[in-house]
Amino acid sequence: MGSNIRCTLNGVDTQLRAEPFERLSDVLRGNGLTGTKVGCDAGDCGACTVLVNDELVCACLVSAAQADGSSVTTVEGLSDDSGLSPLQQSFARHGAAQCGICTPGMLVAASRLLRDSPSPTRTQVEDALGGVLCRCTGYKKIIDAVVDVGRQTSTGAVAAGAAVGARVERLDGLAKINGKELFAADTIPPDALWLRLIRCPHHNAEFDIGNTSDWIANHPGVDAVFTSDDIPGRNCFGVIPPFADQVVFAEKKARFKGEAVAAVVGQAAAVKTLDLSDFPVNWRPVKEALSIADAKASGAEPVHSNRPDNVLVKGLVQREDVAAALAASAHQVTGRYTTPFIEHAYIEPEAGFARRVGDRVEVHTCTQTAGMTREDLAAILALPQENVRVIPTAVGGGFGSKLDLSIQPFLCLAAWHLNKAVGAVYSRIESMQTTTKRHPSEIEVGIGCDQNGQITGMDFYGEFNTGAYASWGPTVANRVPIHASGPYFIPAYRAHSVALHTNTSPAGAFRGFGVPQAAIAVESAIDRLADAAGVDRLEFRLINALQNGQPTVTGQTFHKGVGIKECLQALQKAWDKAGHSVTAYNLDCGRFRKGRGLGTCWYGCGNTSLANPSTIKIAVDTSATVQLHQGAIDLGQGANTVMAQIAADALGAELAGISLKSADTDITPDAGKTSASRQTFVSGNATRLAALELRRTILRQVNASDSAVLVFRDGVIYVEDTAQTHRIELSGLEQDTEGYVFKAVETYDPPTTDLDDNGQGKPYAQYGYGAQMVELTVDMQLGCVKLDKLVTAHDVGRAINPLLIEGQIEGGATQGIGMALMEEFIPGKAENLHDYLIPTIGDIPEFEHHIIEVEDAEGPYGAKGLGEHVLIPTAPAILNAIRDATGAQVCDLPATPDKVLAAIKSRQVEA
Amino acid sequence: MLLSDDQWTILAGGTDYYPGLRSEPPKGQVLDISKLDDLRGIKRADDHYRVGALTTWSEIAAASLPPAFHALQQAALEVGSVQIQNRATIAGNLCNASPAADGVPPLLALDASVELRAQSATRVLTLQEFLRGYRLTAKKRDELVSAILIPTAALKGVSAFRKLGARKYLVISIGMVAAKLVVEDNIITDAAVAIGACSEVAQRLPAVEQLIIGESAEAHVVAAINPSHLPQIKPISDIRASAEYRYDAAVELVRRTLTDAIASAAGVTHG
Repeated sequence: MGSNIRCTLNGVDTQLRAEPFERLSDVLRGNGLTGTKVGCDAGDCGACTVLVNDELVCACLVSAAQADGSSVTTVEGLSDDSGLSPLQQSFARHGAAQCGICTPGMLVAASRLLRDSPSPTRTQVEDALGGVLCRCTGYKKIIDAVVDVGRQTSTGAVAAGAAVGARVERLDGLAKINGKELFAADTIPPDALWLRLIRCPHHNAEFDIGNTSDWIANHPGVDAVFTSDDIPGRNCFGVIPPFADQVVFAEKKARFKGEAVAAVVGQAAAVKTLDLSDFPVNWRPVKEALSIADAKASGAEPVHSNRPDNVLVKGLVQREDVAAALAASAHQVTGRYTTPFIEHAYIEPEAGFARRVGDRVEVHTCTQTAGMTREDLAAILALPQENVRVIPTAVGGGFGSKLDLSIQPFLCLAAWHLNKAVGAVYSRIESMQTTTKRHPSEIEVGIGCDQNGQITGMDFYGEFNTGAYASWGPTVANRVPIHASGPYFIPAYRAHSVALHTNTSPAGAFRGFGVPQAAIAVESAIDRLADAAGVDRLEFRLINALQNGQPTVTGQTFHKGVGIKECLQALQKAWDKAGHSVTAYNLDCGRFRKGRGLGTCWYGCGNTSLANPSTIKIAVDTSATVQLHQGAIDLGQGANTVMAQIAADALGAELAGISLKSADTDITPDAGKTSASRQTFVSGNATRLAALELRRTILRQVNASDSAVLVFRDGVIYVEDTAQTHRIELSGLEQDTEGYVFKAVETYDPPTTDLDDNGQGKPYAQYGYGAQMVELTVDMQLGCVKLDKLVTAHDVGRAINPLLIEGQIEGGATQGIGMALMEEFIPGKAENLHDYLIPTIGDIPEFEHHIIEVEDAEGPYGAKGLGEHVLIPTAPAILNAIRDATGAQVCDLPATPDKVLAAIKSRQVEA
Repeated sequence: MLLSDDQWTILAGGTDYYPGLRSEPPKGQVLDISKLDDLRGIKRADDHYRVGALTTWSEIAAASLPPAFHALQQAALEVGSVQIQNRATIAGNLCNASPAADGVPPLLALDASVELRAQSATRVLTLQEFLRGYRLTAKKRDELVSAILIPTAALKGVSAFRKLGARKYLVISIGMVAAKLVVEDNIITDAAVAIGACSEVAQRLPAVEQLIIGESAEAHVVAAINPSHLPQIKPISDIRASAEYRYDAAVELVRRTLTDAIASAAGVTHG
């Protein structure tokens, strides 16, 4: 099958094998040009943007036949043998690529713009790139990169000892901007068998699978069908072992729409074009529970029979008598807030392939955790852990959802049984239907303060929809009561939470584990409490900001590193200025009103009261190459670069001399999962310890002093001490089995303690802090909100890499913008990227950053985690600014134009 | 003719066809008309403009056209993204018959007609006749939309378009309005106003038109428009907005689009 199309591909006359109506995106990728990415197959994400006859198109919407005879330019055509184009160099310099999955589309769109407009304005850039979605960067650095093309040159090499703190371009960046990065779908061998899943079309249904042997016989090219009967080990997995409850294949009963019941595997060409609607399965829909109210309804059949009332878990933190404290308060406010399911909407859908190698199975996949993935896969396959190898590919965005298993068990199971490579890629719909989401929440909060604006107590209750399976529900239920206080000193406190099961895709980890939902309620109530007390809203926060020496709500006292006050103080100038400009603007009582709003965060880095170790290995081979085996998976946030920076300075060597070996369960020790904002802190510490140990080993060889600089070059280590330079010839030294002559392996596990029945203890060894201020404009007749400016102040302890930090802040805040203004996943609807809206390049404000460095006692060089913190203050700040502008309080997210207008109208009725 | 067989689906720009597959492989027979160059481009005839069925939104946006087309050109720049505008065709926008089709209100304001060709005959329907309901058109199985016709008589005056969505780019309309005005000596002598995404099919707003024709082209005339002038809209609540909101927003969008058109008329008159 298949015919040829002929086109001028990146300037070369080329014949491509293709079916006439095959999507051009698939044709290009099938012919080896995997630089063009596929994110949605619907023109919604723009990842597959290419030029056809010099016009920007989504290759997923162009048929092969339509491309016949045309000229096609892909990302692979943007650079030549002489190297990267100035545009690509600018992308590298500005940190415009994080995960890199949108980068090819962005580059192609930008290159087209630059041809007509060599010096474009920011508005021109936005208009030209508006059709490509990015979920990581917040777009600012992409716009900067396009506007700045050719204007600035690279900063050059970093000197030994100066890596920490430098704005180092990401070390794994080249492949992300030249189209060569291999994401999960790009790694699937062309001859791999293909796997597709039979999924439940109902929210809740019992089912029977019929005669699959006959069905296979009637479908040429299909080799096998797998169901729960084919699982050698346990049909159960879950990120938190005591709560593990999710099935690989549903048995007799499917608990949410899209849950897999069987896998069909066969020749790729046959399986990809198969009509699965005649698969022999009989569905019997059962009444479903979708909402928190449904889950609590009396008489509701529990989603899991062993969890009565649909309760997965409850959480509690309390100290002192909150009722008495509130009753004695001079001022009190209460509030009720609801937030919806939120989809991670990374542009890379789940994908990968597995193959059997003797008695081992090897899976190449996008994941945030190699180690946990391996543990669960081994149990499912009934194999010893060492017989499962997890090789993480580049990850096209994760944000928490790629911690959980998704496509991997199916791939491994099929590869194991068939002894062949088996690949699969989730469609956008499958990805959105079946992978984890941010927990919907219903939160009630009451806060009181005294005459001076000092908070006296807080009472918080949150219910969370945790979906059909546990996933990270227990973590959300535990983290929320600890963090709901915000970064404030609160003498009397009670926060309890409950996670409830429903018939929806599991709610899991999403940047902040429930804390962003809690912050919306609490920060909004804080604003109203400040107003009630007659205290300026920033001043009120300063009065109550947690300080060194004051106990947190879990009774933990830090004597160093509590940086919230510094963050708030950094916003003072912008806050005052905005106050004047907002007041002046609103004097004319026009159709538009401006407002300013604040939000804050604190966030514990690492697991909550659980062991949480990272192990890092660093070694030198006979060529004098320093190999950093760092298994902290880089999802685009920059762990590869940050670990190398830390290693270089701890080793006392140049950053340029460090080689990276990234996560692979066979070659890197377990650095734990990339989640909980733990990698810079925990793996960073392990890296520092390992590099220090390697340094000591090397210095011992020549009895050099501690101030010596190490230079690794051409098989020799030069130890440049104050008085003399020692040479260590490596070729003659004894090598270990990996070929290393010197090696150090170190582990760091943050010191925490268990929480008691009242949630008292030391859940985290470190918190990071932050505050953000939003200025915005509200259209009083249409309810539309336009963000004007976002000023951020985040305490990172020590800024290991300010360029990456800005990228985290802009990306996280942009997810916060989406959460505040547009994002809502509705199970059974909104299963695509045109009904589920995330911010585009035109929806972001001007940014101003204040990077605050209040040294932490535990972190490497005093550094703190940041990844999740950055999202938490944004949505509260936006809601507070909307209220500042209009007097209207939106309590039900997202604050879409209809909800904002309804709040304005109800406020006008009250007035 | 091939099309009389039920199995055939017409493919042109692909911007509705491929998303409709939901990542599944194509089913049935597909007739790709994208290389029928006769159906492409904008041509002026004696008493009308002929916009070929395959004319893309980018071509419409870039074309040199009378000011009355401005609303259509503005709408062209609001369809999806540049990538979509470069492929999506004007006929596809009509045949898809979405209530939120951005091209429809400007075309209604231009009194557009739809030319349908079958093997045996060619017929012309007004756009109102062509769009029969939610995702429903009067096109017969064996017919192909060949062109959109705009009568020259409708090209007097200026026009404006406004789209309301929850984000800047790549957004499906919550509502949109096109308005075409003829202003002579500061008096509105003719008006055509149409609204989309506020009923199953976009529609003209005759009560609004009657209210303002003969009035001066000033803010107070526009401000006088109220919900009673939009009796025929029937917005629904969906994932993009509540019905109640659409009632409110519809009136405001009509006012603002007319204000834009008045400003534009003033620019043409004085500039």
